[in-house]
Amino acid sequence: MSIVSEKSMSVEPATGTSLTESTFFKKSRGALEALGYFLALVLVWEGAISFFEVPGFLFPAPSAIAAALWQGLVSGIYLYHLAVTMVEILAGFALGSLAGLLLGIGMVTIPVLDRVLYPYVVAIQTVPKVAIAPLMIVWFGFGIQSKILMVAMACMFPVLINTVAGLRATDSDRLALVRAMCGTNQQVLRFVQLPSALPYIFAGLNTAIVLAVIGAIVGEFVGARLGIGVLILQANFSLDLASVFALLVLLSSMGIILNLAMKAIEKRVCFWSGRSSK
Amino acid sequence: MTAARAIAPTKDTQAKDTLAKDTLATSNLGLVYKTNSGEVEALRGVSINIRDGEFVSVVGPSGCGKSSLLKLVMGLERPTRGDIAISGTAIKGPTKHAGCVFQAPVLLPWRTILDNVLLPIDVMKLDRQSVTARAMDLLKLVGLGGFERRYPFELSGGMQQRASIVRALVHDPELLIMDEPFAALDALNREAMAVELQRINMESGKTIVFITHSISEAVFLSDRIIVMSARPGRVVATFDNPFPRPRSFADLASPELGQLAADIRQSLDHASAS
Repeated sequence: MSIVSEKSMSVEPATGTSLTESTFFKKSRGALEALGYFLALVLVWEGAISFFEVPGFLFPAPSAIAAALWQGLVSGIYLYHLAVTMVEILAGFALGSLAGLLLGIGMVTIPVLDRVLYPYVVAIQTVPKVAIAPLMIVWFGFGIQSKILMVAMACMFPVLINTVAGLRATDSDRLALVRAMCGTNQQVLRFVQLPSALPYIFAGLNTAIVLAVIGAIVGEFVGARLGIGVLILQANFSLDLASVFALLVLLSSMGIILNLAMKAIEKRVCFWSGRSSK
Repeated sequence: MTAARAIAPTKDTQAKDTLAKDTLATSNLGLVYKTNSGEVEALRGVSINIRDGEFVSVVGPSGCGKSSLLKLVMGLERPTRGDIAISGTAIKGPTKHAGCVFQAPVLLPWRTILDNVLLPIDVMKLDRQSVTARAMDLLKLVGLGGFERRYPFELSGGMQQRASIVRALVHDPELLIMDEPFAALDALNREAMAVELQRINMESGKTIVFITHSISEAVFLSDRIIVMSARPGRVVATFDNPFPRPRSFADLASPELGQLAADIRQSLDHASAS
């Protein structure tokens, strides 16, 4: 048997490298293709705007958006407000995710907590966050705190639900394994349940990071002095649609980066996920 | 094959007999599960005594309570009636005196093979340092030397099951219980693993309870074979297998072992019919 496995291992590298080479080529070709279509779209867009003489306050040309983005970035205004929004998102995400994780663990390990808290959790979740935002402003002011709490509330639910689902889905053989080794409930949680639940928890975190961006912008729309949301409102009021579009580009770039970062962390932490080992 | 039989460790078996002491003793064991559709009697009046160093197989039809017996011995389930003791210590809950191999390897995918094998040490809060060398030796014994830093998903099913056997042995328990450990493997791997298990048994001298569906595996491996009946599980018959070790699968064709296998089959058929 060991002979067979050694043989298959020695064969693997050769086929492995040629495979990755071809997939790399395919991938870069796909990316080039996508970039080409994007440039074509931008050109058509630009051409249509100048051909039909669409005024900038109705629909901005790509060149105007790029100029607004460049100006905002160079002047440092965008970066300053982006930093504020980013702090709101990251702090709120950390707070909400941690709360969701701890509550989830609590609800799985202490049945009373599950029965008592779950209705409230669902009740809070079913209320749209926009409806709670004015309350947050009243209680915590126009500063950064109210936005952090908005983000935290948005992030908590998906993490909580996924933590509970993940902990409950732990393979019964794994539980029996650690119990048979005289493992305490706390050890079962630490050695088996929490690691087993990690892919679930990361699914929750991936949802949460997207909701965090929405939560922060909604909070800033309702009442704030600083942040990307405030800049969008200001640009909108003065019908500076090029700046609105530039800010949207900035916002979605940030969302994409956050999402990719989450995925990268997940890949590192749950490197074993999806690989069969039973 | 005959040469191997000639150097059978007769001295060893004599030593076992003189040391005769019950590593596992169950008396009048009964287990009743309460389910939504009423009570299910899984075991009734099971009395088994297994001496130190003995290899005993438990065979029986599906639903004969073999897995229930395993849970009781591992302390994962409390008996409704009767007592269990390992080396004279009554079993009241999970115990460090027994190691267990399940049907599936149940390795934790986020731990390396070495870390998986040392899991009992971590859970029992024993000193990792002092056991690591022993764990490495055991891994070598089952042919997993050099795979310590690999992850379970990098190993074949048979290799994973070997690692799980090492995990069951690493804290040096008096008793090793195996619940159809080769059920998930293909036929050739099964035989290879059985040969390997025989070697582990001979080299470590561990007392082993081996739960299986396979008569040939039981005959090949055991000193004694216990046949159980279907629900409620009872002990129907016990067969001794004095054939010397090491045995090979070719030996199964010998008249003695052939007769033994036939006797067990007949007894099993009886147990299934009743």
